[in-house]
Amino acid sequence: MEKVLMKGNEAIAEAAVMAGCKHFFGYPITPQNELAAYMSQRMPRVGGTYLQAESEIAAINMVIGAAAAGVRAMTSSSSPGIALKSEGLSYLAGCDLPAVLVNVQRAGPGLGGIQPSQADYFMAVKGGGHGDFHTVVFAPNSIQEMVDYTFAAFDIAEKYRVTVMLLTDGILGQMMEPVALIAPETKAPAEKPWAVTGTKGARPKNIVNSLYLSPELLEKVNIARFERYDEIKRNETRCELYKTDDAEICVVAYGAASRISRNAVEMARAKGIRAGLIRPITLWPFPSDAILEAADRVKAFTVVEMSMGQMIQDVELAARCKKPVNLCFRTGGMVPSPEEVLKSIEEVLR
Amino acid sequence: MNHSILLAGFGGQGVLFAGKFIAYIGMLSGCEVSWLPSYGPEMRGGTANCGVIISETPVGSPIVLSPDLLLAMNLPSYDKFEPAARPGAKIFVDTSLVSRGPARADVETFGLSATKTAEELGLAANIIMTGKLIKETGLCTLDTAKAAMEKTVPPRKKALFDKNIQALQLGMNS
Amino acid sequence: MKTVFQRPNALTDMPTSYCPGCTHGIIHRLVAETLDELELTGRTVGIAPVGCAVLAYNFFACDMVQSAHGRAPAVATGVKRANPDNIVFTYQGDGDLAAIGTAETVHAAARGENITIIFVNNAIYGMTGGQMAPTTMPGQVTQTSPYGRDTTTAGFPVHVCEMLASLQGTAYCERVAVDSVPNIRKAKAAIKKAFQNQVDGKGFSLVEVLSTCPTNWGLTPVKALDWLRDNMMPYYPLGVYKDRSAEEL
Repeated sequence: MEKVLMKGNEAIAEAAVMAGCKHFFGYPITPQNELAAYMSQRMPRVGGTYLQAESEIAAINMVIGAAAAGVRAMTSSSSPGIALKSEGLSYLAGCDLPAVLVNVQRAGPGLGGIQPSQADYFMAVKGGGHGDFHTVVFAPNSIQEMVDYTFAAFDIAEKYRVTVMLLTDGILGQMMEPVALIAPETKAPAEKPWAVTGTKGARPKNIVNSLYLSPELLEKVNIARFERYDEIKRNETRCELYKTDDAEICVVAYGAASRISRNAVEMARAKGIRAGLIRPITLWPFPSDAILEAADRVKAFTVVEMSMGQMIQDVELAARCKKPVNLCFRTGGMVPSPEEVLKSIEEVLR
Repeated sequence: MNHSILLAGFGGQGVLFAGKFIAYIGMLSGCEVSWLPSYGPEMRGGTANCGVIISETPVGSPIVLSPDLLLAMNLPSYDKFEPAARPGAKIFVDTSLVSRGPARADVETFGLSATKTAEELGLAANIIMTGKLIKETGLCTLDTAKAAMEKTVPPRKKALFDKNIQALQLGMNS
Repeated sequence: MKTVFQRPNALTDMPTSYCPGCTHGIIHRLVAETLDELELTGRTVGIAPVGCAVLAYNFFACDMVQSAHGRAPAVATGVKRANPDNIVFTYQGDGDLAAIGTAETVHAAARGENITIIFVNNAIYGMTGGQMAPTTMPGQVTQTSPYGRDTTTAGFPVHVCEMLASLQGTAYCERVAVDSVPNIRKAKAAIKKAFQNQVDGKGFSLVEVLSTCPTNWGLTPVKALDWLRDNMMPYYPLGVYKDRSAEEL
């Protein structure tokens, strides 16, 4: 397959179309605009729907409607817009609807800035709406992975009836890399017997609903949903281990920060420091086992984040206080350099 | 082949396009590549830049902080990025828009009055400059450059393709 | 034996959760009769709101989605765009449609979404216990306007039909009331037209139904009907505010 140079935002859009997503609902915000623009060009040509909604809230609720009707639907936004969508994320979870959501992160809080950031980790992994629920979060670190995990996102969303978020940032959204657009065979169930498509007088009516006025019933429903989450943890947790076998120090980073960290690992190795990189690919479920296993072997962890430090809490939890966990960060749209990460590694070992 | 390339100029001068073209050259040469633009309120008339990395190993950080090749299409870009270039870097300056000479002696600076030539001939200055860059670095052959241009310019814009090849050859011969 | 009256097939046999004397039951019945008469139940997807009608998904016999507060028109848009052959309607109250969901309402209309909206206006938040609504009238006493709605601090009510009539995308909007048999007949005709419009692909149709809330108004059901006639109907005049349904497509 011949590779083409594509921006991350556009690559996700094309992969979604190839995955059979014919319904995109969005609202303009930098730095994800190329995604929606690509959809607005592509959807009419594949008989799909591109709809620019009146708000991010409306857009995610349109996704709810389309998902309830049984079609593959998605929306995309950037940090402040994702905050607005949290209402919809909670309803999607409560209704057990499959959907795909893209967050091309920018810096906050508030209007913040438009430069790349990873400060939505908490929002994606811990929160993103009220109530007991999780969103499956993929953190690709290349344009190829943005494509591959877009395909995976639709499958996982439908297999488990959950929302899957692709958590990217301004760097990954804007950058171009060679990419092969190959659609894998879908592993999602073929039928959606729960969808609201009209009974046609042929089946009992379907109700897509998140309201349970009986606490006894809602407790059961929530526990059952978390059993499904356990299944996702078992089957879908992903991470990349890079030169961790003999590592005395492990850098932990995801997304764009992991690319910078890989440079730093190479630089450290060139100086005789046995550094390695643990790269969570799913942020929820978090690859805690990989961290715990490494904790027995390394002297310390260095978490690299483009935020004041959010994922570090999950690394600390996973490391169970066995080894020190340090933070190397830049915030506000600033990006750490490989040299800064290297310096942090050296300081930790000193 | 390993390069960290920074292309900078006014928005509308086509530095992002030139960067994509160079990235395709790297790709067709069998290397790993990345292309990362500055983004934001830097529209037409403002400054724009992009970093291109060509590497024999997978690209880590796509951010070009200290380029070994710099293409500066205007004075603000030259002022901003000349100090960032690596010692020994090759710097290409459009002298139609940059009046001053080099401030550093540890880099190799090539001047070309690309915008003036481009205006006279109805060609694109960014591609003339890129042609010069290809010549002075031996980045690729004309055939590879042509193949990369085919990938950068959509097939429906054949006239643009022809003009760009003309500009490219002009730069490669100057 | 001859059956002279029965539950429409488009209503389930589940007892409704509405208060005694509340006119939601009548409006449900009018929607259900329409679905029966136009033979639409099997291809219809209804969107329930948040508010007193939150459990409407239990009462209508068609496929149903329960939506977040105010978002029903957006959810309806998603359903309709996914399967344009489905008939999609929302059933919303005044707080849902004209306060928290104003943007979704206005823009569904502006887009000319081919959906049907049944808007129940009783000038008060019912489910939460009688707070001031976007349609609470000047001087009207509610839990959160205990001295009567003071327009200097609480502003003015929203006239939904008048507002939507100004939008090019609106195909049809009419205000009706369910205070009397003649008016109920007119309400039925309006609701039927709003569904027929969708079948015919005419675009956005909304019927605003002036309705009572005996519980939160603090009135008996009969007095509540009088209050609706005496206070709401002069302030919210009945009638057709826009009708493009006769136009050729």
